[in-house]
Amino acid sequence: MFSNFFQYILSGTATTVSVTLVALPLGLMVALAFSLAYVYGRTPIPAVIGLYSTLMRGVPPIVLLFILYFVVSGSVNLSPFWAGSLSLGIISSAYQLEILRGAILSVSGGQMMAARAIGMSRWRAVRYIVLPQALRLAIPGWSNEASIVLKDSSLVYALGVTEILRRAQQLSATTQNPFLAYSAAALIYFLLVFATNRLLDWIARRTRIPAHF
Amino acid sequence: MAGPILEVRAITKKYGKNIVFQDISTTVNEGETVVVIGPSGTGKSTLLRCINLLTRVDRGQIYLDGREITAPGTDEDEVRQHIGMVFQNFLLFNHLTALDNVQIGLRRVKGMPPETAYQKAMAELERVGLADRAGHYPGQLSGGQQQRVAIARALAMDPRIMLFDEPTSALDPELIGEVLEVMRKLALEGMTMLVVTHEMGFAREVADRIIFMEGGRIVEEGPPEIMFGAPQNARTREFLWKITELYGKHEGQGRGNPG
Amino acid sequence: MSNWLQLFINSLPGFLDGARVTLELTAIGLGLGFVLGLLAALGRAYGPPWANALSVSYIELFRGTPLLVQLFLIYYGLPGLGVTIDRFPAAFLALGLNSGAYQAEYLRGALQAIGEGQMMAGRAIGMSRWKTVRFIILPQALRLVLPAWSNEPIALMKATAVVFLIAVPELMSKAKSIAARTYDPIGAYLGAALVYLVMIFILAEGIKRLDRRVRIPGFGDAEAQHGV
Ligand SMILES: Nc1ncnc2c1ncn2[C@@H]1O[C@H](COP(=O)(O)OP(=O)(O)OP(=O)(O)O)[C@@H](O)[C@H]1O
Ligand SMILES: [Mg+2]
Repeated sequence: MFSNFFQYILSGTATTVSVTLVALPLGLMVALAFSLAYVYGRTPIPAVIGLYSTLMRGVPPIVLLFILYFVVSGSVNLSPFWAGSLSLGIISSAYQLEILRGAILSVSGGQMMAARAIGMSRWRAVRYIVLPQALRLAIPGWSNEASIVLKDSSLVYALGVTEILRRAQQLSATTQNPFLAYSAAALIYFLLVFATNRLLDWIARRTRIPAHF
Repeated sequence: MAGPILEVRAITKKYGKNIVFQDISTTVNEGETVVVIGPSGTGKSTLLRCINLLTRVDRGQIYLDGREITAPGTDEDEVRQHIGMVFQNFLLFNHLTALDNVQIGLRRVKGMPPETAYQKAMAELERVGLADRAGHYPGQLSGGQQQRVAIARALAMDPRIMLFDEPTSALDPELIGEVLEVMRKLALEGMTMLVVTHEMGFAREVADRIIFMEGGRIVEEGPPEIMFGAPQNARTREFLWKITELYGKHEGQGRGNPG
Repeated sequence: MSNWLQLFINSLPGFLDGARVTLELTAIGLGLGFVLGLLAALGRAYGPPWANALSVSYIELFRGTPLLVQLFLIYYGLPGLGVTIDRFPAAFLALGLNSGAYQAEYLRGALQAIGEGQMMAGRAIGMSRWKTVRFIILPQALRLVLPAWSNEPIALMKATAVVFLIAVPELMSKAKSIAARTYDPIGAYLGAALVYLVMIFILAEGIKRLDRRVRIPGFGDAEAQHGV
């Protein structure tokens, strides 16, 4: 019985991981485009992106999730899984934007000037000089955001997606042992967050620039 | 007498209402080493940045090899390939090894094949005495070594002229000599150079001409013998006296061998 | 747009009711979290091995799992062990425990910045360990922690929104019932978002002022660290 119990919750784990693996890269791509536009864009663009970031980060993720869910599922026919994952990705983009913007600003300036001085175009300088350094610099902040997205993926429970928490709830009903069911869910989350952090630490170590930062 | 490589005609630069300099004109001929001196905030760095098109002039023209580079529609990226720039704080690309710092312009700007770029970059590192440090990252090099890599990075693009903005000001006294040594060698090899520096020993020995700037104007220019021996302007005299007091001290001990 | 405005105005009393509960949840969660966080940080830095182990486990477990899971474990899980708990206490407890783990980490950073030297100096003039903590370490740490800590009230206010899932009648919960009543979920949740934005903006402004007031000149930059 006990192993069945775990197996049942583990099947929700696949969903949780999938939600995260959709939301996080989506958020990263949006954030990357927006952070570059913020730092290098012309007059109204930085202000617009700054407003986007402030508004998105000034509202609880669960509230945004509901708004985006109803907007998205009202215009395209998407399953709760996809609507929820995409919405979480958009929410995360505002936080990832702040991380990347800070990183780009802290390498830009001198490095950009030196790259332009040897005749690189703006775009090449971003591509070959600024971004390789900024992305490395962003890893600690970004890995923090990765575990936040992993934990926030539990919010799609509220949309009826059968991720870990929903599985735990179903189990607590069938087994009449809610404490055990939710403890198991907590344990799985804990292990996932732990593994994510280890993995990103490892990436940070692998990509470290010798004797720098 | 070789012809002009760089010609600056009555350029003016403003930041908002603040006029950094006004009506600056000068010419640098092929193979010449021109040293620019002057007090802080006079616009020496800004002048170099204008020449390298890193910032735009408000009035006047700049010519490189007889071609106006301040004309509208000029391909600035292409122009900068022909003008080498060495910064006070080195500005090596932190994520690249010494070799890759020198190579990246060859690969990504000139589009050289990897093997050719490698050979060329190694030759440039050899030229500044750092071939044995090719695999080191900037953080693993001393300030003097970093600045020499920065010089090699600029040289690799085969510039028509090299601009130096106080290349030794950020260095510990004992590291200044190795950088000046490389610059002296370049001058002897016939490289055209425009150098902003407080190193009066270098100016006296290497410069063909010295320009004294103050308050956004060229106050006086001439060969070192005259500028150091019998400057016409009282301000020039005063400045040179002060600068020798301040910076002259370590010059003797600063001379070392490169590498 | 004017439809939405009408809906928003009609729902304003409900939103304000919910906002009051949101503020309560934030304040109590923050206070409880502060006490827990302080204990955990001190236990971790200066406590005996058992206190250290307990603090570390608490901090890691609550930072390593979602608040929602913690909330369900308390509200639905504890009764399974024979401990029944109402929704309000459950929400306070979950928010306090969760926030405490984060506040402990902020404090840890400050304690680390103060270093071993101050403890040694305190002991050297004959103070007990506890007295050194009380009179030497904490006065410095609490001042030092403020820039990092000032993110927490805002983060916690945003976090409170999930407790609508155990039917605590806060702002998000009100939005949900308005959505059900008006059949306009987007309008209802946008209304709630607006109220959150206003509250969080005011909170952020207040903290900014507080930071400026207690800032020691030339000692760290409090401004740069604000979330909003
Ligand atoms: N990007 C800028 N925006 C506004 N003002 C600037 C900018 N860059 C330089 N200035 C101003 O232009 C003037 C000249 O600066 P510049 O750095 O060219 O002087 P400098 O002669 O190189 O001085 P130093 O010897 O200190 O390097 C200064 O008053 C400076 O404040
Ligand atoms: Mg300068």
